[in-house]
Amino acid sequence: MRHGKYPLLAAFLLPAIGLYATLVISPYAQAFFIAMTDWQGLSSNFNFVGFDNFRYLLKDSYMWNALWHNILLMVLLPVLTIALGLFLASMLNVGDGRGRVRGVRGSAVFKIVFFAPQVLSIAIIGVLWKEVYNPRSGILNGGLRAIGLDGLAKTWLGDPAVAFWAVLAVMVWANAGFYVVLFGAAMQSIPRDIYEAAALDGTGRWTTLWRVTLPLVWDTVQVAWVYLAIIALDGFALVQVMTRGGPNFSTDVVGQRMYDVAFTEFKFGLGSAIGVVMFFLTLSVTVLALRLTRRERIEFS
Amino acid sequence: MKNARLGNFGPQSFLVVWGLMTALPLVWVFISGFKSDAEILNEPWGLPAQLRLDNFARAWTHGHIGQYFLNTVIVLSVSLTLTMLLGSTAAYALARYKFPGNRLIYFTFVGGMMFPVFLALVPLFFVVKRLDLLNTLPGLMLVYTAYSLPFTVFFLSAFFRTLPTAVAEAAMIDGCGPFSMFFRVMLPMARPGLISVGIFNLLGQWNQYLLPVVLVSNKEQNYVLAQGLAALAVNEGYRGDYSRLFAGLSLAIIPVLVVYAAFQRQVQSGLTAGQMK
Repeated sequence: MRHGKYPLLAAFLLPAIGLYATLVISPYAQAFFIAMTDWQGLSSNFNFVGFDNFRYLLKDSYMWNALWHNILLMVLLPVLTIALGLFLASMLNVGDGRGRVRGVRGSAVFKIVFFAPQVLSIAIIGVLWKEVYNPRSGILNGGLRAIGLDGLAKTWLGDPAVAFWAVLAVMVWANAGFYVVLFGAAMQSIPRDIYEAAALDGTGRWTTLWRVTLPLVWDTVQVAWVYLAIIALDGFALVQVMTRGGPNFSTDVVGQRMYDVAFTEFKFGLGSAIGVVMFFLTLSVTVLALRLTRRERIEFS
Repeated sequence: MKNARLGNFGPQSFLVVWGLMTALPLVWVFISGFKSDAEILNEPWGLPAQLRLDNFARAWTHGHIGQYFLNTVIVLSVSLTLTMLLGSTAAYALARYKFPGNRLIYFTFVGGMMFPVFLALVPLFFVVKRLDLLNTLPGLMLVYTAYSLPFTVFFLSAFFRTLPTAVAEAAMIDGCGPFSMFFRVMLPMARPGLISVGIFNLLGQWNQYLLPVVLVSNKEQNYVLAQGLAALAVNEGYRGDYSRLFAGLSLAIIPVLVVYAAFQRQVQSGLTAGQMK
């Protein structure tokens, strides 16, 4: 019977391995080599330059500027999204802290609406918000003017002091609903009598969220942090669609830098070097996350 | 009673505020799709004086949204089928068979989850170019499939490992060969896992922007929807045909929301399952 397994193994594994080796492994391996060349343009001439590209990047103010934005995003996006997600999820699932521990009415409808941005393609969200932020025809300035707050109307994506925050807001908008659902699922698995006990002790809503709910969903919060940090390391699609890194590089991120260097300036060696930098950034976030979250985990199934 | 109601006023109102903030931009785009250019430019909050359905027709044909839509459907249906086929067969072989190199292959697949696509971008462009698949839909299908394999193999091999061996043994005694064992016994048993990972991959591939922008940059009739819409947004800015852009945006958003509303339970569980990797 055992001799029958090799035809199946070949038929089941070789196509997947072939495709994966050609389009994933081989490019990843080549990238490290290309990063050490000065390859430019579409000709096949290049010199091996060792770590010159990386030395250049160390002194490149554009690269540091873009990296700084990614670091800001890595701190702000998880904090804001998780805070909003926890807050809304507790509103939906935990009830009013007076011993009535059911969720609010219509929570199913809220969940559907909150989650909706998750199914839109991120580039389409970018186009959508570009129009929302449009200084003349956008709904945001239109709304501010309608309620007499003309002074707050801005060229949201055209002002270097504002554009980064406008992009960050869209990222939070796009992700928050997902974490409402994720945290909601975690909160549903918390035994109800814990809340009844807290209510009997006269614990208020905020204390309940901070002292009871948060510690019990902490594992999920950690997973959320890792995932959001990795989203924050990317940010390319939204930035490319909404601002292309502008105005005056105020929304530039490393992914946008890499794209510009490689595919508009055709500096393939330098572009690959930025890719290698991104790889090590992702790797350090993942390793850090694994270290921090190694403690015992609650199994979700 | 009164107190309870007051107590509930707080949470309900926060939820309504965030619900409005989420829904309002979407509703606004849809309504603006019916407006004239002047109405869009001058009265962002106004309602259209008449329902200009021709905006949608213009977006579909002249804005090429129809073409982009079709491209997206073609690419995603092939790439998703291919992902599920290659992913489930490879995962099954790795999960249920012992052979030398099994672990090495498994970790090579799963390790792919650690690498950002940006790292591969430059060489990938030239690999696809050498295969003569640059600016083509098949190129995009194969690349989407290849980059979806790590998670698919990881998720499904874990799933296949949990399936009971008793059923497989019973089928083998009944004379079931290894191939029909997979297609007629194991795959049907793995259905819940396949649905979760299928939805996860579908949304992941639909979400792609970086890959099409790099790999299908020079041939407008092969753009996928997200990419085409982004290009349209840039063009509309110059030509001032706002109504077409808003109608196009609506056409890209509404079908997805309708499908999502119909399957929201599966979509939410599929995506949150993917999160727990």
